[in-house]
Amino acid sequence: MTLAIIESCVNCWACEPLCPNGAIVAAEPFFAIEAAKCTECLGDRPAPQCAEICPVEGAIVNELDEPLNPPGSLTGIPPERWAAVRREIAAR
Amino acid sequence: MPEAIRRQVADHPCYSEQAHHHFARMHAAVAPACNIQCHYCNRKYDCANESRPGVVSELLSPEQAVRKALAVAAAIPQMSVLGIAGPGDPLVNPERTFATFRLLAEKAPDLKLCVSTNGLALPDAVSELARHNVAHVTITINCIDPDVGAQIYPWIFWQGRRVRGREAAAILIEQQQKGLAMLAERGILAKVNSVMIPGVNDRHLVEVSKAVKAKGAFLHNLMPLIAEAEHGTFYGVMGQRSPTPAELKALQDECAGDMALMRHCRQCRADAVGLLGEDRGAEFTMEKVEAMEIDFDAALQRRLEFRAAVAAELETKRERAPQASPVTLHRRAPRPADDGRPVLMAVAAKRGLVFEHFGHAREFLIYEASAAGAKLIGHRRAAQYCFGDAECGEAEDVLAQTIRALAGCEAVLCSRIGWEPWRELEAAGIQPNGEHAMEPVEDAVMAVWREMLAAGRLVRSVAEQRCA
Repeated sequence: MTLAIIESCVNCWACEPLCPNGAIVAAEPFFAIEAAKCTECLGDRPAPQCAEICPVEGAIVNELDEPLNPPGSLTGIPPERWAAVRREIAAR
Repeated sequence: MPEAIRRQVADHPCYSEQAHHHFARMHAAVAPACNIQCHYCNRKYDCANESRPGVVSELLSPEQAVRKALAVAAAIPQMSVLGIAGPGDPLVNPERTFATFRLLAEKAPDLKLCVSTNGLALPDAVSELARHNVAHVTITINCIDPDVGAQIYPWIFWQGRRVRGREAAAILIEQQQKGLAMLAERGILAKVNSVMIPGVNDRHLVEVSKAVKAKGAFLHNLMPLIAEAEHGTFYGVMGQRSPTPAELKALQDECAGDMALMRHCRQCRADAVGLLGEDRGAEFTMEKVEAMEIDFDAALQRRLEFRAAVAAELETKRERAPQASPVTLHRRAPRPADDGRPVLMAVAAKRGLVFEHFGHAREFLIYEASAAGAKLIGHRRAAQYCFGDAECGEAEDVLAQTIRALAGCEAVLCSRIGWEPWRELEAAGIQPNGEHAMEPVEDAVMAVWREMLAAGRLVRSVAEQRCA
């Protein structure tokens, strides 16, 4: 039962003060969750606080490496649309 | 505008049109966290070649921010304000924000402090803001109707949960309005920023303008949406268009009857440094700042002398033209039928003068000249060569882009101009004019307008005369 922060983290600090277990570390090059301390907020909060405030899709994953905020869930941009726009920009 | 407020904003470039010609500010990028998502913002963005809210190159600790502010204030005596505007929301980073203010107040008590917030955490922060002598707060309010808000804000973080849709917008709106009223009660000056998003909130903003005025906002800043696909924002990627300058002006004119409007906003980066429209951030990276030797007392003395000199200059100006006010109240006045029609002119200005070579200008101030005088209605950015990310693209000729940016203007005033741009501008119906170099902008604009009037170029059409 533990969450992890991956490299798409933008180091915005939003999650750090919210963690009830003090498990979030301002590590380099991106933030990290101390696995031993993480409880996924069970019993403390209605939902994992880091994943609730994180602005970056995919940056926080569970033990199965599944993103708590999957593509499109935070920005509202459909992933296929984003992919098409990126191809278009690259082709300019 | 009441005299007390006029004095309070007289050296704040973001709150006073007149002050922005003379005074500089620095945005301290100490506040990375945010508690909402806006569809015009991408939290991942950092490009040194871009200038818009929410973008920074270097996140600072409060100690670094203060070190940088003191270096800037020593090098630029025009510096009068330290603001915290992100790259997230200052009130979601209260420790960093207030530590910065506390440390700065010890070392440079003459600098004014301000924050720019989305308002969600504002009601809980008002006392703390007052305690730190933060005299100016800007709230971005894009709507007062949750159905409109649901199209602008995909989510907010509220009481431990990510809240979405209409419910999220309703909470945000309630907090913003509550915070605004609390600021007014405390006597903290509140400016409201609104982003004009065509088809989403453009019509609604007329209502917003009335509502925020009623709640005690003293200045409303209607800004155009910035949305490009390469910014990776929802609006950019989904093809939401920005308003045209003419659409923005029409909305500003419509709201102008209700309250004081700001027309000189440059939609700065969250780490901007210097006078509005001339970012000097690159001169003050932390690496450079650490190497600077600073005499704090001498720097403070220079700032105080500079401010006294500007105050004296503006006082003289005010005596000469008693109707001038630092924030122009743009009210629709009845027009005599036989005056000339209003004309838009672009000015390559600096420090209130017709100053720059056409080709060197990074931006043009846009004035509307009429029998009622010259009034600033906004600015347009000149096209720039971008040496950044290959994804930015450089498809169109820079001169052609600049001429397109000046659409609607009939004259462009600058200190000098080359032959080729002269010819191209003329061909596009924009008359270049280099005859008023170093003259005060408003005098120069009116001189050109009177020349056009005398030349019979400003006769109204029959239809226009009937409207007048």
